[in-house]
Amino acid sequence: MASETTTGLPYADRFAAIAATLPGQSVPWLRELREDSFARFAQLGLPTPRVEQWKYTNLHPLTKAGFEPAVVNGQGRGQIKALQPLSSLLPAEEPAHRLVFVNGLFRRDLSEIGALPEGVRLDGLGEALASEAESLAPMLGRAVRSGDNALLALNTALMADGCILRIGRGVSIDAPIHLVFVGAAEETALAFHPRNLIVAERDSRAVIFESHVASNGGVYWSNPVTEVTVEDGAEIQHYKFQDESLDAFHIALTEVEIGERGRYHSFVMTSGGRLSRQEIRAVLDGKGAECRLTGGYLARGKQHVDNTTEIVHAKPHTTSKEVYKGVLDEQGRAVFQGKIIVEKDAQKSDGHQLNRTLLLSDRAEIDTKPELEIYADDVKCSHGATAGELEESALFYLRARGIDETAARRMLIEAFLGDLGEDLASATVKAALQRRVSNWLAAI
Amino acid sequence: MAASVDTAETVQSIAGDKYKYGFITDIESETAPRGLNEDTVRFISAKKNEPEWLLEWRLKAFRLWTGMTEPSWSKLGYPPIDYQDAYYYSAPKRKEAPKSLDEIDPELLKTYEKLGIPLREQEMLAGVAVDAVFDSVSVATTFRKKLEEKGIIFCSISEAVQNHPELVKKYLGSVVPYSDNFFATLNSAVFTDGSFVYVPEGVRCPMELSTYFRINAAQTGQFERTLIIADKGSYVSYLEGCTAPMRDENQLHAAVVELIALDDAEIKYSTVQNWYPGDENGKGGIYNFVTKRGACRGRNSQISWTQVETGSAITWKYPSCILQGENSVGKFYSIAITNNYQQADTGTKMIHIGKNTRSTIVSKGISAGKAQNTYRGLVKILPGAANARNHTQCDSLLIGDKCGAHTVPYIETRNRTARVEHEATTSKIDADQLFYCMQRGLSAEDSVSLIVNGFCKQVLQELPMEFAVEAQKLVGISLEGSVG
Repeated sequence: MASETTTGLPYADRFAAIAATLPGQSVPWLRELREDSFARFAQLGLPTPRVEQWKYTNLHPLTKAGFEPAVVNGQGRGQIKALQPLSSLLPAEEPAHRLVFVNGLFRRDLSEIGALPEGVRLDGLGEALASEAESLAPMLGRAVRSGDNALLALNTALMADGCILRIGRGVSIDAPIHLVFVGAAEETALAFHPRNLIVAERDSRAVIFESHVASNGGVYWSNPVTEVTVEDGAEIQHYKFQDESLDAFHIALTEVEIGERGRYHSFVMTSGGRLSRQEIRAVLDGKGAECRLTGGYLARGKQHVDNTTEIVHAKPHTTSKEVYKGVLDEQGRAVFQGKIIVEKDAQKSDGHQLNRTLLLSDRAEIDTKPELEIYADDVKCSHGATAGELEESALFYLRARGIDETAARRMLIEAFLGDLGEDLASATVKAALQRRVSNWLAAI
Repeated sequence: MAASVDTAETVQSIAGDKYKYGFITDIESETAPRGLNEDTVRFISAKKNEPEWLLEWRLKAFRLWTGMTEPSWSKLGYPPIDYQDAYYYSAPKRKEAPKSLDEIDPELLKTYEKLGIPLREQEMLAGVAVDAVFDSVSVATTFRKKLEEKGIIFCSISEAVQNHPELVKKYLGSVVPYSDNFFATLNSAVFTDGSFVYVPEGVRCPMELSTYFRINAAQTGQFERTLIIADKGSYVSYLEGCTAPMRDENQLHAAVVELIALDDAEIKYSTVQNWYPGDENGKGGIYNFVTKRGACRGRNSQISWTQVETGSAITWKYPSCILQGENSVGKFYSIAITNNYQQADTGTKMIHIGKNTRSTIVSKGISAGKAQNTYRGLVKILPGAANARNHTQCDSLLIGDKCGAHTVPYIETRNRTARVEHEATTSKIDADQLFYCMQRGLSAEDSVSLIVNGFCKQVLQELPMEFAVEAQKLVGISLEGSVG
């Protein structure tokens, strides 16, 4: 709502003071970009449920937490000493090129980048912004398509660090790249805005694991923006596990651009956070481009999980497949908004989407909005959505065979979520998903 | 087949020659001054000799309306409407219509006969002004008498206000309150006429009721208000609109329909909407902003909406069911066809409040030419709606590469035991099917009509017999010029 000029975030009102300490302030275009973005954010304010895209997710609690910036004069607030105690929280143990971020700041001392193939650049964004901003100019904002997104604008204004990954032409990285974002809560609630820039040049290939974990619970707000460019013939597998603190806010935006014959496969598993949203906007911008979005969500207590996706078929012969499944217990609430747009000339597009939710409690709630917007005629598009409890007859079948009710329920829930794993190429991720699910089920 | 193709052609020719019967002669009419203010509202109310409470109700609505903004969330684009540049009360403008069937092309009549369309239906199709024809009074009286014997009240809402104020006062605005939305509020302030139906306890209405049979009010205004009450254990089937091609200028139509079903009652409401859609360049046509809502108040009550929307330049319409009573059932069957520059944003809302409530939604959208067709619907399961069931099926068919078809469902589930299923597909006319038909000698246009009718069958078969025949023809007519 353009008329509301208050940002709703007290610390954002001190933008000028904070901005002066952000990396790259001496670079005119970057300074200008931050200023413009902030002005945009100030104009838009935090989205309210009156904004259609935010109908089911109310950000009001953000305004009450009294957030402070996690970065002051280039120094991060919030301490963790070593990565050791966190290893149990990380989903993947296989050898990887690992970058660790604490409260949004890159920690070289905790990271193990290792040896990378020639033509690959993998590094922290903060230092690069400060020392060689020019080289980033073509990457920054490259994949961004959404115009008036307040939180994206806020991220651009305040981004202090993040990851740069550039994979050169035809290069294939064997070991996965593991980005670990650790939320370390302090007494004051901290907010951070990591920005990740990922470019896969022509015919290159990489697997990215993204973990969001908390070192010790508590309230903080992570507002990451990830830009992914998949050039012609390139392929990116992007697996994300969101295990933030149960008091934390996690509002993430991923913007993806996929070129001719390019492939992007995203998997997002959400089980953390008090209020979380993962928004993915993917543009299939070349013939034969393919996009697969898979997601799982588990919520209990008063957790609120929002998955919002938008897939744009901008060119002919493009394919998208989307499956999101989740289980809600207690007062858990989930939102799924999935939009497929087929543009005018994107003939022979194929887009399929499915959202299924199991409700285990009478106070759980699922709000689903699958949306098709189609401007071409020679297309095949479909979406489906279901919500309900466990099948009574299936439960009876198991009970009749002597399996107790709790075990039977767990078995059925595992089976319900099971097919999410079927599509996953990575065995590590499959195992990690299974672990998440059984940990979660153990508490039922 | 031959016969129906003929009809399609003949009816088509009626629809096509929009100027043939099109010019309007102003007959002596009492008109409120142009524009809209409290005096207009008072004028209308005074003209209708309304009781004080109704005037107050209208004024409350009007005062609220002045502070409201027109909704802009739909996928519709149209130039701003100047609400002050219109007459809100005028004796209906009448068209120069043929005076009797004698003036109709005998060939046309022959085709109708072949199809077995009843005489009065023929008049409607041909656009005959019914009250000018033979003994309409006696016809009306026959029906009225039959209904009166059963205790059924069927009259215009203005008459109901005079003769049955207690019923009107009790139910008017109880489903669509005057504050409901921009267009419903405007309607509440300035509605001129509409139908009123009351079916008493345990009575099964012996015939299909329709606006058409209520002859003297057949020409209703732009702001109709319809109120249907089915008392305990009763049943009524109501048909709205007629398939006669209306040849109107670009005009606003903002109606409100309220249905109330008490214990074990059933209301079946069918609409075939074929207002003038504008010409092939998108000029003219009706702006159709309609609020329709039914309340299943009683246990085991049932409301079904069946609509065939082929007309209007703009359709904004979401017939809804509030499923309050235990075991109540809501159904929505819809065909929306848009061609040329038509825009439709239509769908339904099913609000499940009571236990064991069930709803079914079947929506078929067909978009051709440069048209935009949107299904927008809400299924809401409230925490108390244990064992609620919903099944939704939305299919869109695209004909041509300049049109759009959109699906915007909202599904909110707040009860574990509820089961909600939603399916939607979008595709184009299958080339194999088209080839198959044409190979057997059908023209491209007839083939499309046949295929589309098959696509819509699930909805067409929900229509009462009389309507189904015409609706099938309309499907073909509406898509005229969309292929080849």
